Amino acid sequence: MHWNSVSEFFAMGGYAFYVWGSFGLTALVALGEVLLLRGQRQELLKHLRSELLTERSSS
Amino acid sequence: MNTRTIHWFKFAAPQNFYFLAGRMWPWFAALATALTVAGLWISFFVAPTDAQQGEGYRIIFVHVPASQMSMFIYLVMAGWAGFGLAFNTRLSGMMAAALAPTGALFAFLSLVTGSLWGKPMWGAWWVWDARLTSELILLFLYLGFLALQSSIDDPRRADKACAVLALVGVVNVPIIYFSVKWWNTLHQGASVSLTKSPTMAAAMLWGMLIMVLAFWMYAITIALLRVRNIILDRERHTEWVKNALE
Repeated sequence: MHWNSVSEFFAMGGYAFYVWGSFGLTALVALGEVLLLRGQRQELLKHLRSELLTERSSS
Repeated sequence: MNTRTIHWFKFAAPQNFYFLAGRMWPWFAALATALTVAGLWISFFVAPTDAQQGEGYRIIFVHVPASQMSMFIYLVMAGWAGFGLAFNTRLSGMMAAALAPTGALFAFLSLVTGSLWGKPMWGAWWVWDARLTSELILLFLYLGFLALQSSIDDPRRADKACAVLALVGVVNVPIIYFSVKWWNTLHQGASVSLTKSPTMAAAMLWGMLIMVLAFWMYAITIALLRVRNIILDRERHTEWVKNALE
């Protein structure tokens, strides 16, 4: 381990903005994509179920 | 007859692949999580400080995986698209469509993390250099694919049109890869290649390879999740979807 303190770790030798910016944005994009797909699936299932209900009740 | 033969073509039917993908994605998600934890640990606590770039070089652990992913997803996407054109299989187009948004995101991440790396090391957020420009074209190819997909109502026709676009764009991938050799560019050459031994410290190399693997597992997980949504949406009027909903 080459970090002497927590603040040294977060400072990233003066490159904090660039390093944390890169890792942070990547994490944000990955998390966002997962949540988006989850939302999409729930929306789709809700929509398809209601479609099915109206179809079954009208026949 | 051998009863243990796996019937691969069975899974070419969207209906079967939907359930197969449903059983597969949790495994890939678990692998992605474990590899990300290990990769991040190496990235920040094991890999040494770089002699020239200090701690700033650590951007490599997201920049390289994102960049190679953006190129590789394009090749896989074009492969599925070409397969779909040749054999007219429905699942192929769905796989290509499931990969495109993730590929676009990785191309975007590659450009932004590259920019965040370029500013402190080169003194510029962006230069019109061969590597950067060809990667930007890759992002535009993905966006073109997505725009074309959403502009054609009939999904089968959209798949065909997109397949042609994807195949034409393939020529850009080797251009990106070899751009640092063919042209005089600001971007550094490959640190890892098939023909030479790697030119970086072992811990850095391992960290990078594990992060690359983690991104792979992530991309597979996402592609499986998205193709499930696409299959449900496109097969909504079939009996099996109606049965699966109950």
